[in-house]
Amino acid sequence: MSYNYKFFCSRENLKGMRDFVNNVLKNQSLTENEINQVVLAVDEICSNMIVHAHNGNEDDTIELNVRNQPEGILFEIVDKGDNLFNLKGYQDPSIHDIIQQGKKGGVGLFLVRKIMDNVEVFNEDSQHIWRLYKKISDAKK
Amino acid sequence: MDIKVSNEDTFHVIAVNGDLDASSSIGLDNALKHAFVNNEKRILVDCSQLNYISSAGLGVFMSYLQEFEDHHVSIALFGVSSKILDVFQILGLDQLLTIAFSKEAAKLSIVNEL
Repeated sequence: MSYNYKFFCSRENLKGMRDFVNNVLKNQSLTENEINQVVLAVDEICSNMIVHAHNGNEDDTIELNVRNQPEGILFEIVDKGDNLFNLKGYQDPSIHDIIQQGKKGGVGLFLVRKIMDNVEVFNEDSQHIWRLYKKISDAKK
Repeated sequence: MDIKVSNEDTFHVIAVNGDLDASSSIGLDNALKHAFVNNEKRILVDCSQLNYISSAGLGVFMSYLQEFEDHHVSIALFGVSSKILDVFQILGLDQLLTIAFSKEAAKLSIVNEL
């Protein structure tokens, strides 16, 4: 099975996107906590795109594609643009440093990498694509 | 997301209802800032109606921890659901924040801190 959801780049649209992902995941062999984690991972990438890549430009859109795989579930989060995030240069932050500095951000991608089994980002046909994969035992095909 | 603020004995209670995400975490930020500016020293955060938290919401809590410690402000969360606690645990924040089982336990943890 595959699923698709498209939304405009507004923080207010994140709730609708999360409801969509929740609905897709409720038929999978996942616990409530696991579903919440996966929803969170997808939300973090979408939030980063809205805030950093699109500066909240509400005319821009983000497309979310979800596909069942033989042993898991694959999320592709797609927007227009060629501003490729340097995932290879990313280093997990120190929680203690963030707290000491009183910073409000900086743990979103850290959470994504903790939750998902594989995280990739690449450009293809003028599109910027985040690909997140989560293994699921007893995955639905 | 909806925030309700009340005072109960010597405690300042911030009740969070709904989802704390990139669009709504500013509400919690304002409530904590307001409590700090008003010199509240005992803050309880009622999470019993909190349905979801993202890094934006976690970031608000994290951003006040050092300042609160420096100014002897105590904060404790209570009513945290399993799925929300799970998110705090991913980052180890459950070890850095007081997360109590009930409002009474949260009050006790603050009283015993002082």
